[in-house]
Amino acid sequence: MAEIDRARIGVWGPEGTMRVELGKIREFAKAVKDPNPVYADEAACVAPPTFLMTVAHWVGDLGATRSAVKLDYRRLLHGEQEFEYLAPIRPGDVLTFRSRTKEVFEKAGKRGGKMLFVIGETEYRNQRGTVVAYTRSTVIETADAVRA
Amino acid sequence: MATRSYEDVVEGQELPPFVVERLTRTDLVRYAGASGDFNPIHHDEELARAAGNPTVFGHGMLTAGFVAKCVTDFVGPASLRRYKVRFANRVWPGDTITCRGRVTRKYEEAGEGRIDGEVVATTQRGDVAVTGTFTAGLPRRGS
Repeated sequence: MAEIDRARIGVWGPEGTMRVELGKIREFAKAVKDPNPVYADEAACVAPPTFLMTVAHWVGDLGATRSAVKLDYRRLLHGEQEFEYLAPIRPGDVLTFRSRTKEVFEKAGKRGGKMLFVIGETEYRNQRGTVVAYTRSTVIETADAVRA
Repeated sequence: MATRSYEDVVEGQELPPFVVERLTRTDLVRYAGASGDFNPIHHDEELARAAGNPTVFGHGMLTAGFVAKCVTDFVGPASLRRYKVRFANRVWPGDTITCRGRVTRKYEEAGEGRIDGEVVATTQRGDVAVTGTFTAGLPRRGS
């Protein structure tokens, strides 16, 4: 089972930075099969809705920055993902991000045993200090190993 | 691309569907590279089988990306204020994924005209892969 350090819930982890590049946006848009020409237009471009998932390139494992919960990765499911957009993200922006465990709670599983829900939140600020987005992921640690 | 205006949307309106025909393993590899999500269960056939899967399967966020395209084709990428998805069933190479959406509410908030909508991605088997909701802030006609 997961080890939970309740005192660290809500505490932000260390900051990282990512530069938003037009080429990366084009590559990402192609991967989600979106030919919208705005993603190739330096002046008009805004990042696609799920582009912030590319932060994975720059942190490796976001979980490592959320020190409140040590999860058992053999029992982990990605349950939900939320994006809140507060200002446009454009090519040339340099985003500073930080992450925290926002909430941890348990629910009874369908086949008995407890399921642990962990909501992680990441905040993104641009080079002007404006918070441009939050992403929130819900990961679920199941009572049993995840079966196919 | 012109952004749709608030006046041009009605509650209950359906978003034009977006269909991805026959997902390929190359699609999964391309998304792994683009997103940085290199969990090998999405590209390493041997590892996927050893973990008890018939083969590799799609990243939940890849399907969520297809659904997001369906939404931004309707509202424009700069209009999106919130997007939330829940992962239900997995998608497999060869699957055809259909993304649909519907406007559920029209209202004023934060000084702009907003719409809420619900979205869903289903496979050719009728399985729901992803469900979700979105909020967009649309410009006024002529503004």
